[in-house]
Amino acid sequence: MLEPLKLAWVVARKDLLLEFRTRTAILSAVVFTALVLTVFNFGRDPTAVPTIELAPSILWVTFTFAAMLALNRAFALELENQALEGLLVSPLSRTSLYWGKLIANLVFVAVVEAVGLPLFVLFFDVPVWHVLLPLVGVIALATIGFVAVGTLFSAMVIRTRFAELMLPVLLLPFLIPPLMGAVQVTARLLGGRPVAEVLGWLRLLAAYDIVFVTLSTLLFPPTVDE
Amino acid sequence: MLSAEGLSHAFGSVRALDGISFQLEAGHTLAVFGPNGAGKTTLLKVLAGLLRPQQGRAAVRGGPRAIGWIGHQSFLYGHLTVSENLRFWASIYRVDAATQQRRAADLIARLGLGEWAQRPVAALSRGLMQRATIARALMHEPTVLLLDEPFTGLDLAAAAELRRLLGELVGKGRVVVIATHNVDEGVELATEIAFQHRGRFVQFSPRAGRSGPQVADAYRKAVAGA
Repeated sequence: MLEPLKLAWVVARKDLLLEFRTRTAILSAVVFTALVLTVFNFGRDPTAVPTIELAPSILWVTFTFAAMLALNRAFALELENQALEGLLVSPLSRTSLYWGKLIANLVFVAVVEAVGLPLFVLFFDVPVWHVLLPLVGVIALATIGFVAVGTLFSAMVIRTRFAELMLPVLLLPFLIPPLMGAVQVTARLLGGRPVAEVLGWLRLLAAYDIVFVTLSTLLFPPTVDE
Repeated sequence: MLSAEGLSHAFGSVRALDGISFQLEAGHTLAVFGPNGAGKTTLLKVLAGLLRPQQGRAAVRGGPRAIGWIGHQSFLYGHLTVSENLRFWASIYRVDAATQQRRAADLIARLGLGEWAQRPVAALSRGLMQRATIARALMHEPTVLLLDEPFTGLDLAAAAELRRLLGELVGKGRVVVIATHNVDEGVELATEIAFQHRGRFVQFSPRAGRSGPQVADAYRKAVAGA
């Protein structure tokens, strides 16, 4: 039971080390996050729509597109010197490979979100401190779901032409449920509503995570073997 | 230890493998000679499990863990050092940390990579990259070695060291398959010799003490008559 997880960590650690060495994708994602928040900040009329009503959508649109950059690079790393072929011919199980990629992507997206959240607070002057813990909780719940699906699709498109274009096209329809849930919960939390009011959405996010982490784990082997 | 039964595979109208069958027992080395496009790489890919044959089957005792593969691609990550690459691939093959360290030190010394061990693979020349690839393939002490043009890019000293290494491995009961278009390479290591042409083994026989020029002569006649 522990062996596949250990091997998943070996893959994740290697991906994170590669990212630490190059810093290409993480810097791109962080700069992208800052730029999108800046554009939204200056591209709206605060007198027409109250900030608090727009802020949750802006936050999640930003996180979603920044995460795409991470997901695009997940398997692109393995194309260098055809390392993916080496992994597929090795005794490493497909499940360990998927989980390794998933862990690395989660860490990567978490870093981008950790930078993006303070910028969001700074730009939009949204009071998050009193709801910081539940807000971090909902960010984690939504992120696990969409990164799980994104990691699977990233493997699916990596050998196609225009992989970077294909990923958002395939992935975005699947992100609608967690995005809806995340925006609804974030809006109510920032609006000072009690957590009890969003339990239904939180259940939806948790169910999405369970279903799609399981499905993606099961679908990953035929995806990479084809 | 290694067997192939009726292997056939085509890419469109080009038959890369056409009913290839053979068996190799422990301590044997098969040298497969053939011109460019004869299907040598396809044969090795099928034996390694990188490609599923359209007909026939290949079996390696011990499964993927038993195979060491050196192909046209190194499977090495450019932004990791030689040492880090060796440790990563050994971990994937479940070699424990102490053994990894010992084998990495030994292979780095034997293949003359000492000066380069802590440098990123992307900084290596073609020949040094090939040496690192050989070290990568040997880190888990495979029992079956599949080598596709393994001498490419190696200088005389490194090629001699590779011959010595392979000789030692065969002496320990390992099976080696070398595919090359150059008859001068690999003859002295071979116990069996195959001439591959248009996907078929036009000759498969024991080397029976034949020298390089004798094998080269037989090769020219076999390919011309095929």
